[in-house]
Amino acid sequence: MCLGVPGKVLDIRDERGTQMATVDFGGVTKDVCLAYTPEAQVGDYTLIHAGFAITMVDEESALKTLELFEELGLLEEELGIPSDVAIVDRGTAAGGARP
Amino acid sequence: MKYLDEFNDPDLAATLFDQIRAVVTRPWAIMEVCGGQTHSIIRNGIDQLLPDEVELIHGPGCPVCVTPLETIDKALEIAARPNVIFCSFGDMLRVPGSHTDLFGVRSRGGDVRVVYSPIDAVAIAEDNPDKQVVFFAIGFETTAPGNAMVAFQARQRNLTNLSLLVSHVLVPPAIEAIASSPTSRVNGFLAAGHVCSVMGTTQYEPLVERYGVPIVVTGFEPLDVLDGIRRTVIQLENGEAYLENAYPRAVNAIGNSPAQAMLEDVFAVTDRKWRGIGMIPQSGWHLSERYADLNAETRFDVADMDVQESDLCRSGEVLQGMLKPNECPAFGKECTPRNPLGATMVSSEGACAAYYQYGRLESARTLPVVESGVARG
Ligand code: SF4
Repeated sequence: MCLGVPGKVLDIRDERGTQMATVDFGGVTKDVCLAYTPEAQVGDYTLIHAGFAITMVDEESALKTLELFEELGLLEEELGIPSDVAIVDRGTAAGGARP
Repeated sequence: MKYLDEFNDPDLAATLFDQIRAVVTRPWAIMEVCGGQTHSIIRNGIDQLLPDEVELIHGPGCPVCVTPLETIDKALEIAARPNVIFCSFGDMLRVPGSHTDLFGVRSRGGDVRVVYSPIDAVAIAEDNPDKQVVFFAIGFETTAPGNAMVAFQARQRNLTNLSLLVSHVLVPPAIEAIASSPTSRVNGFLAAGHVCSVMGTTQYEPLVERYGVPIVVTGFEPLDVLDGIRRTVIQLENGEAYLENAYPRAVNAIGNSPAQAMLEDVFAVTDRKWRGIGMIPQSGWHLSERYADLNAETRFDVADMDVQESDLCRSGEVLQGMLKPNECPAFGKECTPRNPLGATMVSSEGACAAYYQYGRLESARTLPVVESGVARG
């Protein structure tokens, strides 16, 4: 859970005083909180950890990292895409519990 | 056996390995503190490709693994209550408590939900005003700003049905505990890059001075880790010890100021027990006084618990770098990722799980030694 994935800011909006954004991770998009990188603009790359941008990164290194994560199959796990959870669910009360 | 061509830039990897071989003259033990780095090392076989002189010791940097058993048992007790929605990061669900895990609670009807972002818990609380929503706030400094936002928004939005079970851990006190231990063999540390993205690097300067150990701030990709090892070996061979930032693309000296301001508001430093290791003074965060009313432990009155760790599990030694996972007698037998006896087998960042996933089933001592030069892909 500590890797962090770089992503590109697609749009920025204010949700009741908190800066939120749609961020693109090489095709997968997620809602991300920008409260800690208020300087981020549309088109910028930020490093996202568990739904929060923790620092700005430059485009070149961001794209390299994304490519590597994709190759290694780490992207889904880092983005919390549920394959892992489904596998380990031991067949108990599967599904439904994930928002 | 692992090969260089599994690196995304095999030529660069070869150069880094060559430089390490060229400078190393003596045995050195280097600890990568962070579980994400352990994962990278084992996946790419970095430890097998390094010259024999350089030994990597896997540190305690997996928050899932070091969350104390008492806290897991408290989570299980709270999650099992009727009227509670218990929200957690996915990798906590299989962490074994004394008797069951969060999946077990869920299978018996508990409402346990996996969140990707901590603030998903805020939305769940708003959508379910007749339920008590509890967020399991664990992690190192990297995760803490996001978790702190849950408390901040609960207060800002006057949510009376949201609370947090907090068990945050801090990296510098853990490095200090290891560096100051008389039994420690660690000559140098790789510090976790993303922790430093949040906190900056200056926190580590006193440790370098006090214990005379190099600390190199390192990223998570295999080449980042390898470069961190190279820089540490160079410092050690030169008889030097300083703080080096090998990850400038995501880390600077001061870190993330808005995140630090939030952390200061929401959390306060406290003594913290680390699973398998024990109490480390001033090594964690709990809710600050201002936010104490959001503490799930008081809200649900989970008293001190009688906890019982599996007597087969030796994760404490693994977490302190005293035992390699595949030297544990239960490894791959009684203990597998599907049936973990200890937390280090649960999280993909746990050393035992990394060894299992990448087929390190034999004890490291029986593995073939990678000859220098032969390994070139
Ligand atoms: S292999 Fe399993 S039992 Fe052994 S130390 Fe690791 S988690 Fe514990």
